[in-house]
Amino acid sequence: MFYREAGQFKATYAADQAVFPIRQDRIGLALILVAAYVAVPLLGGDFLLSSVMIPFLILSLAAIALNILTGYAGLVSLGTAGFMGAGAYAAYKLSTLFPQVNILVWIVVSGFASCAIGVLFGLPSLRIKGFYLTVATLASQFFLQWCFVRVSWLYNYNPSGAIEVPARALFGLAITGPSASPVTRYLIVLTIVVAMTWFASNLVHGRIGRSWMAIRDMDIAAQLIGIRLYPAKLLAFAVSSFYAGVAGAMMVFLWLGAAEPDAFNINLSFLLLFMVIIGGLGSLTGSFFGAALIHILPIAVRQAPASVGLTIGGATVEHLTYVITGAMIIVFLIVEPHGLARLLQIGKQKLRTWPFPY
Amino acid sequence: MNPLYQIFVDPFVQMAGAPDLFAQTIWEGFVGGMLYALIALGYVLIFKASGVFNFAQGIMMVFAALTLVGLHEMGVHAYIALLLTLGVMYLLAVGVERAVLRPLVNQPDIILFMATFGLTYLLIGAGELVFGGNPKTMIAKELGLPSGGIDFNILGGLVSLQRIDIAAAVIASILVAGLAAFFQYTRVGRALRAVADDHQAALSVGISLNEIWVVVWFAAGVVALATGVMWGARSNVSFALQIVALKALPVLILGGFTSVPGAIVGGLVVGIGEKLGEFYWGPLLGGGIESWLAYVIALAFLLFRPHGLFGEKIIERI
Repeated sequence: MFYREAGQFKATYAADQAVFPIRQDRIGLALILVAAYVAVPLLGGDFLLSSVMIPFLILSLAAIALNILTGYAGLVSLGTAGFMGAGAYAAYKLSTLFPQVNILVWIVVSGFASCAIGVLFGLPSLRIKGFYLTVATLASQFFLQWCFVRVSWLYNYNPSGAIEVPARALFGLAITGPSASPVTRYLIVLTIVVAMTWFASNLVHGRIGRSWMAIRDMDIAAQLIGIRLYPAKLLAFAVSSFYAGVAGAMMVFLWLGAAEPDAFNINLSFLLLFMVIIGGLGSLTGSFFGAALIHILPIAVRQAPASVGLTIGGATVEHLTYVITGAMIIVFLIVEPHGLARLLQIGKQKLRTWPFPY
Repeated sequence: MNPLYQIFVDPFVQMAGAPDLFAQTIWEGFVGGMLYALIALGYVLIFKASGVFNFAQGIMMVFAALTLVGLHEMGVHAYIALLLTLGVMYLLAVGVERAVLRPLVNQPDIILFMATFGLTYLLIGAGELVFGGNPKTMIAKELGLPSGGIDFNILGGLVSLQRIDIAAAVIASILVAGLAAFFQYTRVGRALRAVADDHQAALSVGISLNEIWVVVWFAAGVVALATGVMWGARSNVSFALQIVALKALPVLILGGFTSVPGAIVGGLVVGIGEKLGEFYWGPLLGGGIESWLAYVIALAFLLFRPHGLFGEKIIERI
């Protein structure tokens, strides 16, 4: 009754093609943005901001990166963490080589470094398909991770082998390094994530996104209707690794503060793939849902025994987290193989027709 | 020195200069490759019969080995523990079929692939809960596996072979031969091949898919157990072994997802190539290239044969 497009007339084609054609959607989105920009920083404590919200947003962006490649273009990749690492190390190198340029510029520019590497590893994608490609992307993961350990130029010959974020400021306000407050970092992450999500949304709803989806659904048919497979697939790799690179740079600079090569290991790639599948393949909203579930679920599991007064050893909780995460993944796949985003869609449809069943 | 010389000439000069070292490296690569081939075999079995890329094969290996050692620690005799572990792997196969495969039948491949990821997490957590996260020593001696080494005085030097490696090679060959015979000559094996060929046609001639899946997952479990014992005897049993299973993936793309001989040949190519590369070319790049060399070898092969060496060519239709 409240969620219905009746009475909203479109007078132009542009209005009809809008990403959010229903007014209630636009209001809902505005409310979420207001909550994210105003309510969360005002009400949330440092713990909520720095260990829940910032990682959640960064992982969402990384999940969007993978979703562009896997959900839209149908190229399943297990190398996302490697590309994130490429972005992080590029940002680190650039910011230490040219400290006078603002760090935020480097965070975004580092995406291009990751983008170039992504295109390089995307080159075999025309000949290799399906699971073969998935395994081939593992090559990039392991190769990049090896580079982060062995090529000491990347971490400025630091004896510990880790990269540490230099302290930088914007308008006199510390944004990276130990003195940056969680609120500042949160707002910066939020702004970048919102802007890039908006861009991705326009991308996937336009001509490029449609050609990706055509390739995903059947590449030969897509080729027959005049989509050039190779440029389109490479573009998907490029955009996806750009997003992954920015997410990786943010992960080190605005979340962790320092990173060892192991931060970008294969498990992160797997977790991102979980997020995309559980959230919903081919859905940007789904990426956020997936990131929320995969990141917040273990935190909740860890907090749960303490909150009901049980004392369980830390190791046991860690193992239980694994068991519960694994079981949840299977259950979610069985209940809704199309991901949480589909649940949202079903809910919307139900609301539309409510109080009638159909 | 000229880098081209270092890459293309120097390693071969070294090989020819010290044939005993070369033979030793080849042997180590051969044994490693044999074990990669065994892991890859587990993947191939399941992929052929159900089209599922079973990511959990690696953790199944660790889980089987852990169960075996854990049971033995509880005071069960080694051989009885082995039988009990087989029982556990059978229960696991039934459980997976009931709880994961049956509800997800007819879903896209990627969904099933993800479900095996979930299974991996579940097994890691369950394994650590029950047996603890500490590395354990494989009960090689109790199982009657030989230990120690034999030294050969050949090629003007000493080549030493570990007895356990020889045993591994023998057991792996027996296992592969046994599986091949099972596929070729038994009723169930024939049904398995039918399912691998065409699910619907197999169903229509009265083969029960559910039973076949249990059999296949159990066969993969047996292979996992054998691999787990062998790898466990070489290092020790811990969750780090799972990483070894990832090494089997390039083997898989090299040989093709659907080919048993491919898994074996691919395993040997990757095992030997990796050891030679690490030993002779690794120092040029600062070492440690073992972690990705296998993938690059596989990738190079894929560029020329996109379905692996022995994989079936996929015919695409609109």
